[in-house]
Amino acid sequence: MVNIETPDYLNTIKNSMNGIAKGILRPVARKYDENEHEYPKELDMFRGMPIMSRPKKKKDGGEKKPDEKPKPKRGANLSQVVTIEEMCWGDAGLLLSIPNAGLGNAAIAAVATDEQMEKYGKKWAAMAITEPGSGSDSGSITTTAKLEGDEWVLNGEKIFVTCAERCDVVVVWATIDKKAGKSGIKSFIVEKGTPGFKLEKLEHKLGIRASDTGTFVLDNCRIPKTNLLGSAEVKTETEGFKGVMKTFDNTRPLVASMATGIARAAIDFTREKLQENGFVLDYSKNLNNMSSLEKEFYMMEAHLEAMRLLVWRAAWMADNEQFNNLEASMSKAKAGKYGTMITQKCCELLGPLGFSCEHLAEKWMRDSKIMDIFEGTGQIQHLIVARNVLGLSSKDLK
Amino acid sequence: MEERTLCFALSEEQSIMKETTAKLVQDTIAQNSHEVDEKREIPGEYLQKFWELGSILSAVPEEYGGYGMGQSPIMSSIILEELAFGDMSFAIACTLPSLFLNPIIEFGTEEQKKKYIPPYCTDKYKSGTLAICEPHFGFDPQSLKTTAQKKGGSYVINGKKCFIPYADESDHMLVAASVDGKNSLFIVSRNNPGMSIGQREKNLGLYCLKSYSADFNNCEVPAEDRLGGDDGLNYSKILQKTRTALSAIATGVSRASFEYARDYAKERSQFGEPIASRQAVAFMIAEMAYEVDAMRLMTWKAATALEVGNDATRESYLAKIFAGDMTMKITDYGVQILGGHGYVRDHPVERFYRNGRGIAILEGMAAV
Repeated sequence: MVNIETPDYLNTIKNSMNGIAKGILRPVARKYDENEHEYPKELDMFRGMPIMSRPKKKKDGGEKKPDEKPKPKRGANLSQVVTIEEMCWGDAGLLLSIPNAGLGNAAIAAVATDEQMEKYGKKWAAMAITEPGSGSDSGSITTTAKLEGDEWVLNGEKIFVTCAERCDVVVVWATIDKKAGKSGIKSFIVEKGTPGFKLEKLEHKLGIRASDTGTFVLDNCRIPKTNLLGSAEVKTETEGFKGVMKTFDNTRPLVASMATGIARAAIDFTREKLQENGFVLDYSKNLNNMSSLEKEFYMMEAHLEAMRLLVWRAAWMADNEQFNNLEASMSKAKAGKYGTMITQKCCELLGPLGFSCEHLAEKWMRDSKIMDIFEGTGQIQHLIVARNVLGLSSKDLK
Repeated sequence: MEERTLCFALSEEQSIMKETTAKLVQDTIAQNSHEVDEKREIPGEYLQKFWELGSILSAVPEEYGGYGMGQSPIMSSIILEELAFGDMSFAIACTLPSLFLNPIIEFGTEEQKKKYIPPYCTDKYKSGTLAICEPHFGFDPQSLKTTAQKKGGSYVINGKKCFIPYADESDHMLVAASVDGKNSLFIVSRNNPGMSIGQREKNLGLYCLKSYSADFNNCEVPAEDRLGGDDGLNYSKILQKTRTALSAIATGVSRASFEYARDYAKERSQFGEPIASRQAVAFMIAEMAYEVDAMRLMTWKAATALEVGNDATRESYLAKIFAGDMTMKITDYGVQILGGHGYVRDHPVERFYRNGRGIAILEGMAAV
C-alpha cells in the first residue's frame, strides 16, 4: 500500500547522523577544502563504522514473482541514503574520505570469498576503473591482467581513484582477454606497496577537495592468483560485465543522495539568510504574489523534494529486491542535474555571500558538480533512462 | 488493517482500482477524446460509467447514503491520475460530486450532512461544484475578494467567481468567501436569486469541461448554510486537498503526453532511423519519464499526509508548484517531439499542452 511517510527508525538515523554532520564534519569542512591533500584526522573515529559499507553478498534481485505479496522491508539501502544525505549536508568530500568506506570496500563486501573477506575485509579499499582513454565507456578499458603461474601480472594506468593515497588496497579493473570485450573484464585486489604498483600523482580538483583523487601506474605488477574477485571464467555473453555494472544500480542512488544532501545544505543556508532579512516562509502563498527571488526559493525546495523521493524509491526497491536499474538512473539523472542547478542558484540568491569563501555556499556549488559526473555522468543516466523507457538497446540508441 | 510503513508500491486493492479505472477510461473517453473536446461536451454516459465504479460513494458515510469505506486521498490520487491520463476535463468532471460532498463530509454540521449529502447518493451521477477562483489579476485563494457579511439570520455574499465547473447544471455549489478576513465556504443553491451564472466560459484548454463564471450580488444565504456553522472550517485543508488532486491530475496529463511522444518517437523515421535513436530526442523523453514519476511521488507524499491526518500544507504546496511547472515542461516536450504534427489538432499532444497550462493557474477544481 502506497505510503510515503518517513518511518520513525529513519528519523532516528537522520537525527543522529545530522548530529555527526553538524558536530564533526561541518566545523572542518573549510579546513580540508583549503588543505587539499591533508589527511582529515578527525575522521579516524569512524574507522570501522559501517557508514558506506553495503550488505554483504546481496542476493541477485531480478523481477519479483507476480504471486509474491509485496511486504515492505526495512533495508540497508534506505538507511544508507538517509545517512548519506545527512553526512553530505555536513560535507561531501569528508564523507568520501571516511576510512574503510571506499567503493572498493563495497565491491569486496559484495563478491569476495570468505578467504578474501578475512584478508581484506578490514582494509580500506579504493576502486580503480577509469583510465585516461576510458571514462563512461568502462567496457573499453585497456589495463591487462595475464596469468603467469600463480600470479596475475597487471599492466596499465588508472586515473581518478578516490582515496588513492589513504587506502590500503585498490580494487583494479582489468581485462584478461581483450578479444572477449566486456566479458573479459575482471576486478583484482592490489595491495599498496606491491612492486610495480605506483601512486603517480594526486589531482587538484574543482570541489570535494577533502577527498584525495589519484593516478596509479601498474607496471608488471604481480599479485597472487587468489586476488581475483569473482570468477576467472570468460563468459561468451556479456553477463559477467552486466554483473559488474549492476553494482552501479545500488551505488547510483547513493550518489544521488549525496547531491540531495549538498543541495539541502545550500537551501538551508539560503533560507536562513533570507529569513534574517525579513522573508517569511509560507507554504500557502500564491506564486504570483511573491518576488521572483521567493518563487525561485520555493521551486528549489520542490525540486529537492523530488530528488529525495526518487532516491528513496530506488533505495526502497533495492531493499525489496526489485530490479531498479531504471529507477536508480532516474534518481541520479534528476539529482545530478538539479543538485548543480540548486547550488548555483543559491549562490545567485545569496549575492556576495554566495561568492565569498567566508561562507560555504560557493564550496557546495563546487562540490555538487561532481555528482553529475562520477558513477556515470548525467548524460549516461539520461541514456539509460531513455533506453529503458523506449525499449531500445545500446546499439539502437547510442 | 495493513501496518503503515514506507512503501512505494500499490497494494492489491490499489492496483485493482487503478486497472479498473484505466479500463473505464479505455472504454469511454479514450474512444473519442478528440471529438468530445471539439464538441465541447463530455457525454453523460461516460460520467455515469465512472459513477457506477462507486469510488465516490464508498467515501460517503453509510448514514448519509454511502458505503462508508472512509476517505482515502491516496486512492483518490491513483484514480485521478488514471482519469486524467484519459482526459483532464473528464477527470475533473468525474469527481465533481466529491468536490461538493467531501468538504461537507469533513466539516459539515450534522444538519448540513443530513440535508445535502443524501440527494447525491443515488445511482445516478449528479454534479456538485465548488467556486474558489476569482477573475482578477493576482488572484490568491488565501486572500479572497468575495466577502460574506452576517446580517440577521443570513450571510450576504458579494463578489465574482470564475472557472466553476458545471455551475449551470449543479443544484448546489460551495462558494468560498471571506467573513471578516476568515475564509469560509457557503452552500449556495442553483436557484438563489442573488447569484447569476454567466455565459459558458471560453478558455485556453479544457474545451469539453463546461465552466462558468458567477456574480454574487447581495446574495443572501441562510446562516445555517455556512459550512461548519458559525465557527466556519479549516479552509487551508480544502486547499491542501484540491492542490493534491490537481497534482494527481497533472501527473496523468503529463504521463499521457510522455507516453504519446515516446511511442511516436519510435515510429517516426527521419534520416533512415527512428527519431528516438537520436539523443536530442531521447534525452527529452528520459526527462519526461523521471519528472512524471517525481510528480506522482510528490502527490503521493501529500496524499499520505492527508490520509494519516497530518497537516499537508507544505507537501501539497510543493507538489502543486512542482506539478504546475513540470506539466508545462513535459507537455511542451510532447508537442516539440512531434514537431509540426504536434501542432495540428489531429494528435492529442496539442490538447495536453493547452490543458496542462491550467495546472499552475487553477485552484479548487478537483478533490481527493
